[in-house]
Amino acid sequence: MEPAIKLEGLVKRYGSGAAAVDALKGVDMVVYPGEVVGLVGPSGSGKTTLLQCLGAVIDPTAGRISLGGKVTFDAEWKIRDLRELRRDSIGFMFQAPYLIPFLDVTDNIALLPMLAGRPNGEARSRARELLAALDMTHRASARISQLSGGEAQRVSIARALANNPPIILADEPTAPLDSARSLAVVKLLNQLADKYRTAIIVVTHDDSIIPTFKRIYHIREGRAHEEQGEGRLIET
Amino acid sequence: MINLAYRDISHGLGRYLLTGLGLGLLIGVTLTMAGVYRGMVDDAHALIDASGADIWVVQQHTLGPYAEPSTLHDDAWRAVAGLPGVAEVGNVTYLTMQARQDRSDVRVMIAGFEPGRLGEPRHLVAGRPVTRSHYEAVADLKSGFQLGDRVRIRRNDYTVVGLTKRMVSSGGDPMVFIPLKDAQEAQFLKDNPAIVNDRNRLAANPQLNRPGIPGLLEALQADRTANHNVNAVLVRVTPGTDARAVADNIMRWKRLTAYTRADMEEVLVAKLIATSAKQIGLFLVILAVVSAAIVALIIYTMTMSKIKEIAVLKLIGTRNRVIGGMILQQALGLGVVGFVVGKLAATLWAPVFPKYVLLMPEDALRAFAITMAICTLASLLGIRAAMRVSPASAIGGG
Repeated sequence: MEPAIKLEGLVKRYGSGAAAVDALKGVDMVVYPGEVVGLVGPSGSGKTTLLQCLGAVIDPTAGRISLGGKVTFDAEWKIRDLRELRRDSIGFMFQAPYLIPFLDVTDNIALLPMLAGRPNGEARSRARELLAALDMTHRASARISQLSGGEAQRVSIARALANNPPIILADEPTAPLDSARSLAVVKLLNQLADKYRTAIIVVTHDDSIIPTFKRIYHIREGRAHEEQGEGRLIET
Repeated sequence: MINLAYRDISHGLGRYLLTGLGLGLLIGVTLTMAGVYRGMVDDAHALIDASGADIWVVQQHTLGPYAEPSTLHDDAWRAVAGLPGVAEVGNVTYLTMQARQDRSDVRVMIAGFEPGRLGEPRHLVAGRPVTRSHYEAVADLKSGFQLGDRVRIRRNDYTVVGLTKRMVSSGGDPMVFIPLKDAQEAQFLKDNPAIVNDRNRLAANPQLNRPGIPGLLEALQADRTANHNVNAVLVRVTPGTDARAVADNIMRWKRLTAYTRADMEEVLVAKLIATSAKQIGLFLVILAVVSAAIVALIIYTMTMSKIKEIAVLKLIGTRNRVIGGMILQQALGLGVVGFVVGKLAATLWAPVFPKYVLLMPEDALRAFAITMAICTLASLLGIRAAMRVSPASAIGGG
């Protein structure tokens, strides 16, 4: 099976000369469609840098990135329109939902297809479909300020899926939630990954959800170490 | 595509409108300042129009009668009336002073005129013209006087018999027209103790009070208390006559200074209110700069308050021009709200001002264009801040 995400010898260096710091020192990683992989490691280990490289918001110094079977970065070369890549191929989730407060729930999700040039009606229809999948239809017209923390995070999941991207990068998505809600979110991510064949990388410090991953990448001093996880939640 | 600016404004409509209200009041003050200047110019034109003259003949080398003191003998008109092209002449005096009615004072410009001649108040809106030789007055509505009111000017009381509209001095003071003889007294006649003092001084002067020349002292004393001066002679030329040529003629042969209508407009607008105009102009510049600074600050603050959302918008693929457009539209919207509020406020409070405030549509149009330009410029600060936001800052809380 073609990997959804493939990193080969990824290096990210900040600064130059004696002051140069290697945040990533040759990271190799493979994530397949429909897989939810955990990315863990202590603060300053390079998790955020790795996510930013994957998210096409910073350029790696060396190495190769392939997303959805397409090379997006290779040493000196990179794909031309990174904005379009982010819009169409990557879904993002954050510690806080970071929803647009002046748009309602439906339009927060529909905005992405609209940005991709889809007609408003079609974009809203896609948003409603995702809300139904997340059991959030009843909150379709709600303001963001009216949502609970769990509801807001579910809307951010729907937004990440709006353009049906092959990968989703989730940066500590359960940080503001209690353990029960955290587990519910991870379960939902697993269901959606399976349903939409999306590869999901979840950066987390949350001990309650680490046992749920089947595969985990530990980032230590700029290097990724693959480990088998328990995948406990999925089995139950 | 969703209009992000409209949605953001709708989301915080109350705050946005309040901000627009504050900006609007500032714009209202700016419009009013412009209106004050326009009012001063209009007052000057109203004064010129009210006289009905084509030429003002005044004391040589003075800018009289409105801008500088000017004194002519009241028979100077005879020499002017005989010149070719002169259709009508009239003696006038002008004196700005406090007129007392009951217990309140009103600052007015007393205009002395000869009934039936040039300088007489035209276009009465109520009452009748002055028909008696003394102690009747025609007042402008702005003075607040009513028909039948008794008004104290110097030592005499006058009955208001007629009312005019928009007859004001270049300073905006309402005009009160009284017969020339009374006006001459009001302007030139001293008070009784001063007259007595003058007479005593003359009598004590042995050169003027000579025993051998009977009647000399009395003649001198009579001359001292006589009032045969006016401030200007108004001239109307015959149809088809060039007022400039007649004015030149007066200046060449009569050793007087003569101003045509264009000259007088120049004196009143360019000279008399020039300093005020500069003052107002400077105020307008300061207000424009303050408005720009306030709009820039508001837009910048509005942008900075949603910097995380902007980072997320960028991360999910929103073009910079969409984000920049959102900020620009919000700034322009603020300008539109501010302008509407400002125009409304200026229109409402203009009549309350003691001096005439003339709000001209072209000034409003100019103010609108300037407001939009200022808002566009001011939004650049916010747009610059938004453009500098890295989509990377949405990831990792950085």
